[in-house]
Amino acid sequence: MSESEKPVCLKSYFRLCAVVFLVVVCTTSAMIATSFSHIGEGWTLKVALILAIAVVNAFLVAGYLMHLLSEKKLVYTVLAFTVFFFVGLMGLTVWATNGFPPGTVSH
Amino acid sequence: MEKLVQQFPPFREAAAPHGHDDHGHHEHHEPGFWSKYIFSTDHKVIGIQYGFVALCFMQFGFCLMMLMRWQIAHPGVPVPAIGHLLEKILGQPAAGGAISPDLYNSFGAMHGTIMVFLGVVPLAFAAFGNYVVPLMIGAPDMCFPRINMASFHAFFLGGVVMLVSFFIPGGAAQAGWTSYSPLATTIPTNGQAFWLVGMVLLITSSLLGAVNFIATIIQLRAPGMTWMRMPFFVWAQFVTAFILLLAFPPLEAAGVLQLMDNVAHTSFFLPTGLAIGGQLADRSGGGSPLLWQHLFWFLGHPEVYVLILPAMGIVAEVIANNTRKPLWGYKSLVYSALFVGFLSFIVWAHHMYMTGMGQKIATFFQTTTMIISIPSVIILTCMFLSLWGGSIRINTPMLFALGFLPMFGIGGLTGLPLGLAASDLYLHDTYYIIAHFHYVVAPGTIFALFAGVYFWFPKMTGRRMNEFWGRVHFWCSFTFMNIVFMPMFAQGIKGMLRRMSDGAVNYSAARVPNAIDALPGTVMELNTWILWAAIALGIAQIPFIINLFWSIGHGEKVNSDNPWGATTLDWQTPTPPPHGNFAHEPVVVRGPYEYSAPGHATDFTPQDEPESSSAPVNPTAHH
Amino acid sequence: MEIPYTIQIRPDTGLYNAKLGIWLFLASEVMLFGGLFSAYILLRVGAEPGMWPHGWLNVTLGTVNTLLLALSAITTLLAWAACRVRDFRKFKIFHACTILLALTFLGIKSYEYRDKLIHYEVQLTNGRFADGHLIEKSADFDLAKKTGTVTLHGRIVEDEKDLMDLRATPAEKPAEITVAAADIKKMENYGPKHNTFTAIYFTLTGLHALHILGGTLVIFYFWAFGGAMWKSDPERFTNRIEVSGLFWHFVDLVWIFLFPVLYLT
Repeated sequence: MSESEKPVCLKSYFRLCAVVFLVVVCTTSAMIATSFSHIGEGWTLKVALILAIAVVNAFLVAGYLMHLLSEKKLVYTVLAFTVFFFVGLMGLTVWATNGFPPGTVSH
Repeated sequence: MEKLVQQFPPFREAAAPHGHDDHGHHEHHEPGFWSKYIFSTDHKVIGIQYGFVALCFMQFGFCLMMLMRWQIAHPGVPVPAIGHLLEKILGQPAAGGAISPDLYNSFGAMHGTIMVFLGVVPLAFAAFGNYVVPLMIGAPDMCFPRINMASFHAFFLGGVVMLVSFFIPGGAAQAGWTSYSPLATTIPTNGQAFWLVGMVLLITSSLLGAVNFIATIIQLRAPGMTWMRMPFFVWAQFVTAFILLLAFPPLEAAGVLQLMDNVAHTSFFLPTGLAIGGQLADRSGGGSPLLWQHLFWFLGHPEVYVLILPAMGIVAEVIANNTRKPLWGYKSLVYSALFVGFLSFIVWAHHMYMTGMGQKIATFFQTTTMIISIPSVIILTCMFLSLWGGSIRINTPMLFALGFLPMFGIGGLTGLPLGLAASDLYLHDTYYIIAHFHYVVAPGTIFALFAGVYFWFPKMTGRRMNEFWGRVHFWCSFTFMNIVFMPMFAQGIKGMLRRMSDGAVNYSAARVPNAIDALPGTVMELNTWILWAAIALGIAQIPFIINLFWSIGHGEKVNSDNPWGATTLDWQTPTPPPHGNFAHEPVVVRGPYEYSAPGHATDFTPQDEPESSSAPVNPTAHH
Repeated sequence: MEIPYTIQIRPDTGLYNAKLGIWLFLASEVMLFGGLFSAYILLRVGAEPGMWPHGWLNVTLGTVNTLLLALSAITTLLAWAACRVRDFRKFKIFHACTILLALTFLGIKSYEYRDKLIHYEVQLTNGRFADGHLIEKSADFDLAKKTGTVTLHGRIVEDEKDLMDLRATPAEKPAEITVAAADIKKMENYGPKHNTFTAIYFTLTGLHALHILGGTLVIFYFWAFGGAMWKSDPERFTNRIEVSGLFWHFVDLVWIFLFPVLYLT
C-alpha cells in the first residue's frame, strides 16, 4: 500500500507548514538584507552568501515539503548522480572557458 | 517454501477491482484501426511504429548521403537520372540538377541529424527497447503506456518538422548537425529555426521514453528477476535511458537559447563586435559561441554511447544464443556498461580541443577520455571471449553480430588518436573523424540493429526472414561498408577536411600544383571509389527491404514460440505476444544465459523454467 | 491487463510507479534549468567589467512573488495531506488557494515583463543616452523619417555604463523628458535582445513561467474534474495529487534560485 507510511494528521502538517513558511520568510529577508548590504569588495562575497542562504531555503522545500528527507534510497541515488553531473556541467564549463593556453592576451 | 517467495501482488485481474481503468475490465472490446495501430499504448505496437518510421528515415538519410557523395566525386556535375527532379522539388539550390554548396551543406547537416536522431536512436533505443525490454523482464507492458504513446507522437512530429524544413524558402538547416553559433544564427533563412523546433520535439520524445524505460526496469521486473539476472540487453537499455534522461536537457536548454538568438535576436551565443557580411551586426553581443559548444557536446558525447550501448546489448544476446553458452564475464559487462554511462558525462570537451582551452582542462578531458576507452574494450573483449569454446551456429543474425565485433574494434581504436589532444589537433575536422565515427555507427551499430531485426523477426511475426538473402545482405553490406569508409582514414590523414562541398578539389594537386601538401590524385580518386561503393551499398539494402516485407506474409513459418532456443523471457511468450505479453506471470529462477547446462536435456534452460530437482530454489536471490 | 505497482508500492524499492517517474522527470528538469543557469554564469563571468546590470528588477515584486510561491507550495502539501485523511472539501480549498496564488504570480510576472517592454534606452546623436518608461509618442512619431517626439519618464545620462548599476547610482529623481526623433540614433526597449542580462532574464523566467502555467493547468484539472476518480479510487487520486505536488514544489525550488540570482545579485 502506498499509504502504509505512518497515518497523516492534518494538524501536525499545519504546524510543519507554519514553521517552514516562517523560516522561508526569514531566509528571504536575510538574502535581501545581504544583497543591499556592503559586505566585502564588489559582489563576490555577497553572491556566495546569498547563494548559501538560497541553498538552505532549497533544502527546506526539498526536505520537508517534498519529503525528500523521508524518501527512499533509490530516489536519493538518482538525485545524487544528477547533482554530480550538474556540478560537472557548471564547473567544467566555467573552468574550460577560463583556462587559456600560456601566452594568451586578454583585454 | 512458500514463505521464501516475495509477496508480489498478482497482476492478473484477481485483485480487488480498482474502479474504472481504461483497460482494467474483462470485456474484450476490439479496438478500431486508429486505437490499434496509430494511437496504441501497447509497447509492442509502439516499438514497431518506432522501428518502421526510423527505418524510413534511415533510408532517406542514406539517399541524402548518396547525393552528397555524387557531388564530392563530381563537383558541379548535375546528378544523373534524378537531377531534374531535384530541381523541380527544391528549386534554385538544385539549379541545373547540380547540388549547390548551400544545398550540399543542408544535406550534410540533415544527413547527420536524421541518421542520429531520427534513425539510429529511435531504432536502437525506442524500437528495440520498447518491443523487447518489457518482454525480457517479464512485464505486461511499460510502466506508463500513454506516455509511451506520447513519446512516439512527439518523435513523429519532430520528424515531420525536420522534413518540412527542406521545403521552406531557404531550405533546411545548413550549419551541420552540430549547429554551431554564430553561423547557425546568422544564416538568413529559417531552416535552423525549424531544426531547433524539431530538436526540441525529439528531445522531449527521448526524455519521456527515458523516464518510461528506467521506471519500467526498476519497478516491473517479474518475481525472481533480480538485477543480476537481467539479460545484458536490458542493462544496456537501462544505462542508455539514464544517459538520455540527464544529458539531453542541457541541449534542450541550449536549443531554446539558440532559438531565442534566431527568432528574438538575442545574443546568447554571439560575441560582441560580430560582423556579418562586412557590417557590424545589430546585436547586443556579450554572448559566447563557446557556450553553445559546451552545452551541445555535453549531450553530444553521451549521445554516442546512446548509439552504441543498445547495439552492444543486441550483439550480446545474439552471441550468447548462437554459441550455446553463457556470456563470458557477465558481471564485467554490467559494471563496464554502468561505468561507461557514468564517465560519458565528463569527457565531452574532447570534441573541443581546437577551441583554445587551457592545458590543464584539456588534459583533464584527455584523461577521462582515455579512461572511458577501458570499459568499452572490456565489453568488446568479453564478447570476443564469449565465442571461445562455443558451438557457434552461423545464421544471419550471428553473421551481423560477428561482423559488428571487428568493425566496432576498428572504430574504437581509431578513436584513440582523436582522444589524445596532440594528435587530435591534426586530425580534427578531417575525413579521419568521419571514418572513425561512421565505423562505430555504420558497420558498428547498424549491423547490430540488422542482427536484431533478423533475430526478433520470428517473435514479432511467427515467420523467419529468408536466410539466403539475409546472408547476401550481410556479405554485400560488410564488403561495401568497408570500401566506403576505410579509404576515408587515408584521406583524413592526408589532410582532406570535412564538410567541403566540392570534394576538396580546390585543395587538390591538380588544381593547385605548387601548394604544400596539396591532396594527391590518389586521394582524390578515392572519392570515386567511395561513390561506387556507396551505390553498391545502397543496392545491397534492397534484398533486405524486400526480404523484410515479403517475409511478413510469406516467410517460413516457425514451428515453436522459441525457434532460436533462447533462454531469455522474451522467447517464452506466445508468438506474437498478445496484449499483456505473458499467459501466466513468469517467475524467474535462474540467470539469463543458462545454455548447455551439464546434465540438462536440452542445450538451453529458459529463465523461468521451474527447477525439476528437489533442491529448493530461491527466486528471491538478491544481487 | 493491469500494470503492477500503479498504486501499491513495490516492496524492494518502496515506491509506486508514478512517484519514481516524477522524480526521474524532475532529475531531467534539474539538468534543464542547470543548462540555463550555467549559461547565466558564463555570460555574467564573461561580461565586460561594469557592464553587467544590477538593480534592474523590482525587488519588492520579486519578494512578493517568492512568498506567493512559498505559500502555494505549502497549500499544495496541505492539499495532499487532506487527500490522505480523505477530506475532499479541504483538498478543494487548499488547491483552490494554490491555483489563485499561481495565477497571482503569473499576473505579477506579466506586469514585470510589460514594465521592461515599455522601458526604453534611447541612444542620442550627441552620444548621450535617454532612458526611461514610455509615456507617449507624438502622433507623427516616426524614427525612420525622423519626425515627431517621444516622451519618457526617466533621465539622461552621459554613458551607457551609468545605466548598468541602478543600485549604486544615487537615483536622481526621474523626470519627464521629451526627445525629438531627429536626435535619436537608436531606440530599443529592455526586451530580450537588449543585452545578455535581459536575454537570460526573459528566457529563465519565461521557461519557469511556462512550468508554472503547466503545473497550474494540471492542478486545475485535478481540482475541477477529480471528483469521479476520488469517488471510485481515492488512493489513486491521492497519488496523483502527490505526484503533481512534487512537480509544483520543484517549480518553487527553481524560483528559490532564480529570485536571488536575478533580483538580488
